[in-house]
Amino acid sequence: MTEMSSVPWLTIMGLIPLVGSLVVAFTPGSALMAKRLALGFSLVTLVVGIVAALQFQINSPKQFQLGEQAAWIPQFGVSYALGVDGIALVLILMSLVLTPICLIAAWNDVPEEAKESGGSRNVRTYFALLLVLETFMVGVFAATDVFLFYAFFEAMLIPIYFLIGRFGGARRQYAAMKFLLFSLAGGLIMLVAVIGLYLQGPGGTDGFLIERLTGLSMDPTTERLLFVGFFIAFAIKAPMVPFHTWLPDAATESTPATATLLVGVLDKVGTFGMIRFCLQLFPEASHWATPVVVTLAVISVIYGALLAIAQTDMMRLISYTSVSHFGFIVLGIFAFTNVGSAGSTLYMVNHGFSTAALFLFAAMLIHRRGSKRIPDYGGWQSVTPALAGIFLVAAMSALALPGLSTFVSEFLVLVGTFPTWPAAAVIATSGIILAALYMLLMYKKIMTGPPPSDVIGERALARLSASEQEQPEHARRSLVPDLSAREKLLAAPLIAVILVLGFYPNLALNPINPAVDKSLSHVLTTPAAGNAAAEGSSK
Amino acid sequence: MQSGMETLSTLANGAGTYAAGALAHDGEAHAATGVSTYAWLLVALPLLGAAVLMIGGRRTEKFGPLLATALSWGAFVVGAIVYISMLGRPTGDRPVNLYLFDWVAAGSFKVSAGMLLDQLSLVFVLLITFVGSLIHVYSLGYMKHDPDKQRFFAYLNLFVASMLLLVLANSYLLLYVGWEGVGLASYLLIGFWQYNPAFATAGNKAFVMNRVGDFGLSIGIFIMFFHFGAVDFSTVFAGAQAVGGVNQGFMTAIGLMLLLAACGKSAQFPLQAWLGDAMAGPTPVSALIHAATMVTAGVYLVVRSGPIFDATPNAQLAVAIVGAFTLIFGAIVGCAKDDLKKALAASTMSQIGYMMLAAGLGPIGYAFAIFHLLTHGFFKAGMFLGAGSVMHGMNNQVDMRRFGGMWAVMKITWVTFGLGFLAIIGLPIFSGFWSKDKIIEAAFVGEGWRPWVFGLVAMIGAGITAFYMSRLFFMTFHGKRRWTDDVHPHESPLTMTIPMMVLAVGSAFLGIILGPTGIITGWLDPVFGVDEAVEEHPVMPATVIMVVTLVLVLAGAALAWLRYLRDEVPVVAPTGSLVTQAARQDLYQDQINEGAFMRPGLHLTRSLVFLDSKGIDGAAGGLAAMVGGSSSRLRKLQNGFARSYALTMLAGVVAILGAVWVIS
Repeated sequence: MTEMSSVPWLTIMGLIPLVGSLVVAFTPGSALMAKRLALGFSLVTLVVGIVAALQFQINSPKQFQLGEQAAWIPQFGVSYALGVDGIALVLILMSLVLTPICLIAAWNDVPEEAKESGGSRNVRTYFALLLVLETFMVGVFAATDVFLFYAFFEAMLIPIYFLIGRFGGARRQYAAMKFLLFSLAGGLIMLVAVIGLYLQGPGGTDGFLIERLTGLSMDPTTERLLFVGFFIAFAIKAPMVPFHTWLPDAATESTPATATLLVGVLDKVGTFGMIRFCLQLFPEASHWATPVVVTLAVISVIYGALLAIAQTDMMRLISYTSVSHFGFIVLGIFAFTNVGSAGSTLYMVNHGFSTAALFLFAAMLIHRRGSKRIPDYGGWQSVTPALAGIFLVAAMSALALPGLSTFVSEFLVLVGTFPTWPAAAVIATSGIILAALYMLLMYKKIMTGPPPSDVIGERALARLSASEQEQPEHARRSLVPDLSAREKLLAAPLIAVILVLGFYPNLALNPINPAVDKSLSHVLTTPAAGNAAAEGSSK
Repeated sequence: MQSGMETLSTLANGAGTYAAGALAHDGEAHAATGVSTYAWLLVALPLLGAAVLMIGGRRTEKFGPLLATALSWGAFVVGAIVYISMLGRPTGDRPVNLYLFDWVAAGSFKVSAGMLLDQLSLVFVLLITFVGSLIHVYSLGYMKHDPDKQRFFAYLNLFVASMLLLVLANSYLLLYVGWEGVGLASYLLIGFWQYNPAFATAGNKAFVMNRVGDFGLSIGIFIMFFHFGAVDFSTVFAGAQAVGGVNQGFMTAIGLMLLLAACGKSAQFPLQAWLGDAMAGPTPVSALIHAATMVTAGVYLVVRSGPIFDATPNAQLAVAIVGAFTLIFGAIVGCAKDDLKKALAASTMSQIGYMMLAAGLGPIGYAFAIFHLLTHGFFKAGMFLGAGSVMHGMNNQVDMRRFGGMWAVMKITWVTFGLGFLAIIGLPIFSGFWSKDKIIEAAFVGEGWRPWVFGLVAMIGAGITAFYMSRLFFMTFHGKRRWTDDVHPHESPLTMTIPMMVLAVGSAFLGIILGPTGIITGWLDPVFGVDEAVEEHPVMPATVIMVVTLVLVLAGAALAWLRYLRDEVPVVAPTGSLVTQAARQDLYQDQINEGAFMRPGLHLTRSLVFLDSKGIDGAAGGLAAMVGGSSSRLRKLQNGFARSYALTMLAGVVAILGAVWVIS
């Protein structure tokens, strides 16, 4: 099942940011030094990731490649086993690209304090935590041992908890706690299921390996219980309605970089887990649960979009759009078609970049205005035209404009769902109308209308003559700069990826397709519940 | 639905019921060779211009507009070369397929990016690049003093690229990219003067209503993939032909969904309400996008999908009904508008209604729908540019009650606009006569009630058109000067008037060149598989139809003459009859939309916010408090959190590993 690799690429990928975090945290020096070091480590990780990806064989007969395996707790069947298929590979690459972008975005999030109150300590902690998070992101997607996956799944909570609770906004403690309680609740349920699954398996020193646990013949009731245990944890993480209420608080209160990694990457562990574990390990139970899951997914699509329309806080609005988008992803996964699953996987990648663009570009506005409230804006196109331009690109990407990457994935999800769940596909498709509403209404309220009376942009100022500048109505307006070099640096790669994957989505789809075929093969060859019973009785 | 493995895997592979039809189909279009292989430049050139101007920003202020104009003409040259090479081939070899690259491949859903260069798409290419480039030139003058003009030209180039992609795509998925691309350009250009909140709202309205149409396009494509296993034209059309003319539910569904898409893009009932507001955009935009090209994309979609509609008479009838209804709707609204541009917009809606009606008549109407689209592209764009020229001289006023007697101060505008006016009312010899008369004649073909209803509607529509266009023309250019004191109208510069003159020549002569000579039908009919030997006869003799139509046209024009030229036009609009009041309010389209969708929607989203924070989140919070025992314990947990968490984790893992050890 796993193609072993002579070079432990995945371990190296995970270790570099971990070492980096220690270096950043414990090397004394200026804050700038710490930031540069952190960025350097994340860029090296990205390079290693690209080199590793080039070793990946698209048409390998094995499910996992770049494999590594060592006994960890052999008494309990736990191995340190890593490996990737196309799904994990593209998600890891997405994480590796997003991390340096988020580090650049995080550059000025935390102020350097006076020497006596700690100097650069806060900055160093913040960047070190972001790097630790990167290690866990690689680990959780690469784990091919169920227990190891669980360990990463839970361990991720720690850096995120501190990132929200220490560096967030006014209600950060509340948001961090809420996030943690939701996640812990899911995690504990999953833990029970993980153990239960092990007991169903063959046991032995490597009994937690996914390949040992695939294709077990279980009592249907047990299988369904185990499925539910995994699914609830993933549904909370994803987040699906009705487990979504932690997300808007967490995303609003954390720094934009944290919010991006949280929604863009960590939440994908939920939907990734559904493909990897729910569908592959519990095919019969997956069939059994599908009607409920598909219904919840469609509700998420519509409900998230409707709530987004009514939000007055930018960050909350963006969070609710993600609830809607995660509904699409889950829908495609549980459509049980290759098209739908490939679409969902691509959706996970595209949503990562698209939502990063939204969060980070909105943060640029918030930084300038000092407010997250949409009604505090209006007419900002004339103040910061370039920022308005990239914000519009992000908005178009979020509403899945054809030509941009998100369109391809959303379309694949829907066209892949239609054959098996036509009504669900049609209802979810109406989400494209709602998406236009929530994005364009936000853009309109922020960017259009008469120029604000208290600020002025560089270009607008340059157009005024010297005497006009003296006028009291202009003199009391403060100058707001347009995009800085740092902001351009982080915006350019995001927009480039959104455009490139829209123009040539096969770049990501080529490795995804065979992986989806393998992951789905178990569900597709397992007869649905009613049939299984019928066959059983005929025997 | 999934009752077994076989069904499921069949469904999963999207293997269509009629996919087999594709195998029997040997493909009509050959692979492109020679100059045709460079047809991708048609899209690439204006796209490059858009990219340079957008990324370059104000650094391109000096050369940007010229570059954009040059690239648009460049696309015209490429289009002309491809067209000439097509002329050189025998009819059967004219359509070619240009494969570009494998675009999307996920599971069994495989779509390559490619272009279909046939007689139909080439007609559009020439119209779009020629009129589009003329309007670029016009905009050089019109937008000369706008500080953001490079952004304007970037959007114009983006529009031309998207529109060309729309008509050149060889699959529904790629068409979709162009389809929404033009929607984006339209949105950006309607709200170009974004500091005016009403303009920004108009842009949003257009985009959202178009998305309702796109919903239809999406569903239509899903059904195609489900039944035919592919979404490229040749497979889908071969499959549709295999289905035959029997009314199959799913074929009707595809047809109706495509019609919904067409209604959104072409401002047909019930998705017509955005077009009037779209006049907020700069006037060259109204001419290019909201008159000559983009709004006619719905007609293109229906005509291109001819094989589908031919296989579903029900959906085809729906197209004709929508067209007939909108043509009267637009005409009535047009009679009551005092805003020059909005009156023209209502007229556009009505004229597209004619095209839709023709497209809904089936193969006998397709060529005439495109013919009218072509002549309309010239005369309506010309009149919009004329309107822009009038506004240019009148401080951007649009109230026709404040115009009058303009003919004396803007001679070129008067003459060019006048030619467009004569063309649209369908006076013999001028372009509109040839194309509209053919549609009216075709509408009278058939059996039962249809020819009488469609034919009479088309005929009466011609009379109303003559009335409102004459009203518009007289109120603007003739009669007493009712100008406000601050205006000093003057003729526009040559960059603006030359494009108007070129379009006026088209308004005058394009119809007579293409129509009675049979050029347009000869060119297009092979695409639609029309056998010219078979002649269909209308229920009334063609000469009778023509004469009655002409009488109605003259009556309409005479009535307008009585009311708006002989009688003095009051500066303030009189109250008018109930019908007039309703027509002024666009027959209450906005009020209906607001009452039926916007206000209930607003209440829904607000109550959901309440539900989410009080209901769902409250329940989750309550649950958490319950688990934690009490809220005070929860707070304690929060304080000494790090320690408790680590301990809990550790305790949990130890307990579990212990349990595992005991069990095994």
